[in-house]
Amino acid sequence: MNCSAAPRESKTGWEHFPHDADVGVRGRGPTPAKAFEQAAQALSAVITHGEIKPQTAVEVQCEAPDVELLFVEWLNAIIYEMSVRKMLFGRFAVQIDNGRLTGTLWGEPVDIERHAPACEPKGATYTALRVARESDGTWSAACIVDV
Amino acid sequence: MVSGLHRGRVTAAFAMDPARFTHVDRTTWRIEPYGAMRVPAIIYADADLIRDMDDKVYEQAVNVATLPGIVQASYAMPDAHWGYGFPIGGVAAFDPNRGGVVSAGGVGFDISCGVRTMLTGLSVSDIIPVQKELAESLFRQIPAGVGSRGAITLDAIEMDAMLSGGARWAIGRGWGQSRDLERIEEEGCMAGARPECVSDRAKERQRREMGTLGSGNHYLEIQAVAEIFHPSAANTFGIAKNDVVVTIHCGSRGLGHQIGTEFLKEMAVSAAAFGIKLPDRELACAPINSEVGQRYLGAMRAAINCALANREILGHYARRVFGHYFPNCDLRLLFDVSHNTCKVEPHAVGGKQRELFVHRKGATRAFGPGHASLPAALRDVGQPVLIGGSMGTGSYILVGEESSETKAFSSACHGAGRALSRHAALRQWSGRKIIDELAAEGILIRSPSMRGVAEEAPGAYKDVSAVVAAAEHAGLARRVARLRPMICIKG
Repeated sequence: MNCSAAPRESKTGWEHFPHDADVGVRGRGPTPAKAFEQAAQALSAVITHGEIKPQTAVEVQCEAPDVELLFVEWLNAIIYEMSVRKMLFGRFAVQIDNGRLTGTLWGEPVDIERHAPACEPKGATYTALRVARESDGTWSAACIVDV
Repeated sequence: MVSGLHRGRVTAAFAMDPARFTHVDRTTWRIEPYGAMRVPAIIYADADLIRDMDDKVYEQAVNVATLPGIVQASYAMPDAHWGYGFPIGGVAAFDPNRGGVVSAGGVGFDISCGVRTMLTGLSVSDIIPVQKELAESLFRQIPAGVGSRGAITLDAIEMDAMLSGGARWAIGRGWGQSRDLERIEEEGCMAGARPECVSDRAKERQRREMGTLGSGNHYLEIQAVAEIFHPSAANTFGIAKNDVVVTIHCGSRGLGHQIGTEFLKEMAVSAAAFGIKLPDRELACAPINSEVGQRYLGAMRAAINCALANREILGHYARRVFGHYFPNCDLRLLFDVSHNTCKVEPHAVGGKQRELFVHRKGATRAFGPGHASLPAALRDVGQPVLIGGSMGTGSYILVGEESSETKAFSSACHGAGRALSRHAALRQWSGRKIIDELAAEGILIRSPSMRGVAEEAPGAYKDVSAVVAAAEHAGLARRVARLRPMICIKG
């Protein structure tokens, strides 16, 4: 399923890819930070296809020894905030400096009727984990999420 | 049976080639050691299940066989499918005295996810007149799905008491019954739990999660006993045809997920310092006799207690709802099993008893008759092994067999296992249609999410009957009864 949020030619977008028990998320963009933002959109779409209003902003920070582990940390930071705040997030901004990530998540409290959340991500995994620059110059960030 | 809802055989995208194995017998497929493998890998399944298995199971079973200190073999159960590092349905034992490891990836994110079945003493004819009202009440009373809130909030002291006490803690707070304890693994309280090894973030994630079901493949079901295979074991278990039971499938919720997440990273980063070459970072592990290994074991055991307490509380909620409709009803716990764990157990290897750290990732402990840990009432027959199927096709109760000890450190399968991804299921089925078609078959589904129902469509799962038949043929566990769902509450 290709669920690109932006026209394909912009080389920015996200998609899900299959796993036996769970689901893969992949984001693409001109920089790793943009690819991370798009992958976060893919993570939200694992839970709901409903509109998520950007009512509240939440700041997160994480770090890791390499960019792939940093990607998993980023998704897990979102999963943590969703879990403890009972919120869903639909807009993301990421900055990466020397292995440190600063992110902003915009979202709203879960509305069970409107969002009809399909499942709850337990954690981002190292399975099918890949953050790399593709031959066309775009960055891609992907892994399987355990749901 | 309604057409379209249930499927025939579904072949995985990259199906396994049976020719790659030494075919030992009808249900035993062996991969001889090659490359960095320290032991063979053995998959228990029939030829159809093997052909339908994703090739990733082969690769992951082989990868597990390369880990330090692994004993005897890397095993995969008949329901095995592509997991994280370990296959789901994977079993591996490690010896701490031979450099053995404990693996956060080998236990997984949903630590101590498991199943409990409670006997109601009611029959199908008692349920039918109130089936719809009962389904609505359970759906209202059992917090399920994303955004649901539990009625219990834990402060720091209660959190640590819960992490140390497990189901015993829940019972002490009035959410359960003391007689349940002997029917829960570890008698409801995992020894060696160290709440101080659980991070503040993991505790924060659990503060308001006790007594919640979660989502995905977790459920609470009212089931009818549809078929008895082993009359004497069924008699000992207290089940007869047309009896009604309550089955709950869930785990350690956000706390277990967070512990898994944090230790996976720590162990993936520290592995190289211990000289461990990880063929897959998801196999993140540390020597059992290392500081991080011991800290993980303390946290993981605390998460086991969290899962045991959570299922005890959910059982209490089910008792409350049943008590409303059937004032004289007495829900008795048949058994409570966990299928994502690492447990220290004595096992006979080459005629000698050794204390091993047995990882079961999507696999159920299955002690045979005479095992010392079983309560007196079950000791002669063996441990109930509870197998969750899909919401349309039913579940099974098995009993542990003595032969399972030599086959796979007393382990058996845990469920049907997925045949199709959520993705593929979503393309093929609509939640509304599944609910309507199952209702026509007398199965009431209640869920906050139609998409969630579609992703868990019965047709997305392997044939659970084929899985348990293979487990029985392989000598892992023997079939006692098949259960047919009547009500399913899904998160």
